[in-house]
Amino acid sequence: MPETQLTTTQAGFVEKVFEWLQRNWAKLIIAIPFAWLLFFFLAPFFIVLKISVAELLIASPPFTNLLEWGDGILPSVSASIDNYAYLWQDPLYVRTYLNSLQIAAVCTAICLLIAYPMAYAIVRAPGNMKLILLLLIMLPFWSSFLLRVYAWMGLLADQGTINDLLLWIGLIDKPIRLLYTEFAVYVGIVYTYLPFMILPLYANIEKLDFSLNDAAADLGARPAATFFTVTLPLTWPGIVAGCLLVFIPATGEFVIPDLLGGGNVLMIGRVLSSEFNANHDWPVASAVAVVLLLVLVIPMMLYHRIQAREGAY
Amino acid sequence: MSTPATEPLIRVRGVSKHFGSFTAVDNIDLDIESGELFVLLGGSGCGKTTLLRMLAGFESASSGSITIDGADMAGVEPYARPVNMMFQSYALFPHMTVENNVAYGLKRDGVARAERRQRVDEMLAMVELDSFAKRKPHQLSGGQRQRVALARALVKRPKVLLLDEPLGALDKRLREQTQFELMQLQDKLGTTFVVVTHDQEEAMTLATRIAVMDEGRFVQVGSPAEIYETPCSRFVASFIGSANMIEGSVIEVNGETVVVEGEGGNNRFEVNHSEPVSVGDSVCLAIRPEKIDIALVTDQAATGSQNRLSGTIKELAYLGGTSILRVETEGGRVFEVTSPNRLRSVSGKHVFDWDDAVTMSFPASNAILLTS
Repeated sequence: MPETQLTTTQAGFVEKVFEWLQRNWAKLIIAIPFAWLLFFFLAPFFIVLKISVAELLIASPPFTNLLEWGDGILPSVSASIDNYAYLWQDPLYVRTYLNSLQIAAVCTAICLLIAYPMAYAIVRAPGNMKLILLLLIMLPFWSSFLLRVYAWMGLLADQGTINDLLLWIGLIDKPIRLLYTEFAVYVGIVYTYLPFMILPLYANIEKLDFSLNDAAADLGARPAATFFTVTLPLTWPGIVAGCLLVFIPATGEFVIPDLLGGGNVLMIGRVLSSEFNANHDWPVASAVAVVLLLVLVIPMMLYHRIQAREGAY
Repeated sequence: MSTPATEPLIRVRGVSKHFGSFTAVDNIDLDIESGELFVLLGGSGCGKTTLLRMLAGFESASSGSITIDGADMAGVEPYARPVNMMFQSYALFPHMTVENNVAYGLKRDGVARAERRQRVDEMLAMVELDSFAKRKPHQLSGGQRQRVALARALVKRPKVLLLDEPLGALDKRLREQTQFELMQLQDKLGTTFVVVTHDQEEAMTLATRIAVMDEGRFVQVGSPAEIYETPCSRFVASFIGSANMIEGSVIEVNGETVVVEGEGGNNRFEVNHSEPVSVGDSVCLAIRPEKIDIALVTDQAATGSQNRLSGTIKELAYLGGTSILRVETEGGRVFEVTSPNRLRSVSGKHVFDWDDAVTMSFPASNAILLTS
């Protein structure tokens, strides 16, 4: 009698687990990437955050521990915001942040201006042409990013392709400085991030109901009015997605300003890298990274809040 | 309906539209008078929507001319035309409230704020949506969306309202109700309506005039009654309502009537003389199902003496108000006959039953003689 009772409870348990799985399988599937992000994004972030409040040490690792286990039961906490204060006090860092944001913003705007008509044209292109055009947009991803940046160095150098061409045409009589200028950085960022703007815009414009354009025209809207009152508001989510996808990585971009801008362009990615690699100042480097994250995340969260309050259609 | 001296509101002359090698609209002439409710009726791909889109300005005619209210529309963009369109999908702006959807056209025309508000309110009240002004389209039912689309197209007081399958997306009950609302609205405003539909019942209910289209051409243009009672061809007779079609040849031409011998022999029918025919012509005789008298063989007196046929009921569909009977004659020909259920039947017993022997007849004036 007690034996059978045990088996029924066991069977009941298995059944319950099964039932739970049946009801919650969707949550379970979502839980996997969620756990991944938690582990590989949030955990490293907290490590960086921890280092950013430590002090520099000539040791390995080169910073003080957050928790010092002394004689007492509780560890003593050693954290300081000195590194952050240092970033704020040194005008170099503030200027670099602002410069990075400015370069990223201008590049994002240029990308948007180029990408929007391109995405629109791809959507309106006939069936098989559309596929070819999309493929061309994604084609650069098949080659290494670094390789493509080196290719730009070759194009922009004093004895590079562009200068050679301009000399040959006779438009200039001595090479103009292109490489290691802010201009080269703009070119590099716009070139690299353009597909990230085109693709979300394409996905959004694709969903657009073009009978709305007919309706607007029918009601007396000229093409420009139709664009600003119908097309633009309805593709706004695509614009926001594209801009975030370009603006965020562009702000922290390291390779492009390093290779194409040389020492002449101040961007936060390069400063971070030199703090970390050249100065071995992990705490300051970490503080730079944390501030960068906050600068990018806070406006995004605010935007999200506003959007949620207005309500989507 | 029309006084020839005045210019029609819409004048279409020799208009064709080609898409590559496909001819969507083929050399059409059409006059629509002010105040008409004109229906373009036809199956899918017959060119009716293309013609409507040419009136709206979304397609340009490959050849021919379109004049609206005396102005040639060649090269006139949609936004500059004195017409508005109600789209099949309604094409409501999803990011705008009902109010802003309706106000859109007025804003584009630069109508002052106060007047705009007043006209929008007026229009919303007319379509009974005043309490939905602040809603977005996705918060409305199909019928409500349809009315927003109507209000948006009418608020600019266009000379012509173009309606592309205006009731196509509604369910049957709502469609019937809306048909009458649409007619009342048209009557009240006096706006000229041009409606495209594939639904012949809808066309019959709405129209003051119908153009039946097939393969880019007008097959027949006329009032609903004209189209139904005197169709000009086999196509129109079978497309509008149903008709029993009997192919045959003329064997006798009298003063008033023509005698037609049905294919396969031994059926002779007398038909009123409506088209010039001579002996030996092959013709088609069409007779509407409700225009045939039918009675049980045991009830001989109930049917007339002209065009008498006897047969048995092979199929029977009870629709409530009427029943549809399929009667096979001795010669093997099948006739469709509708019979009103005028006597209330209890215990499930109807006048007619499967395999009943019946007699049918129809006067010569009830049949239609078709040559094309």
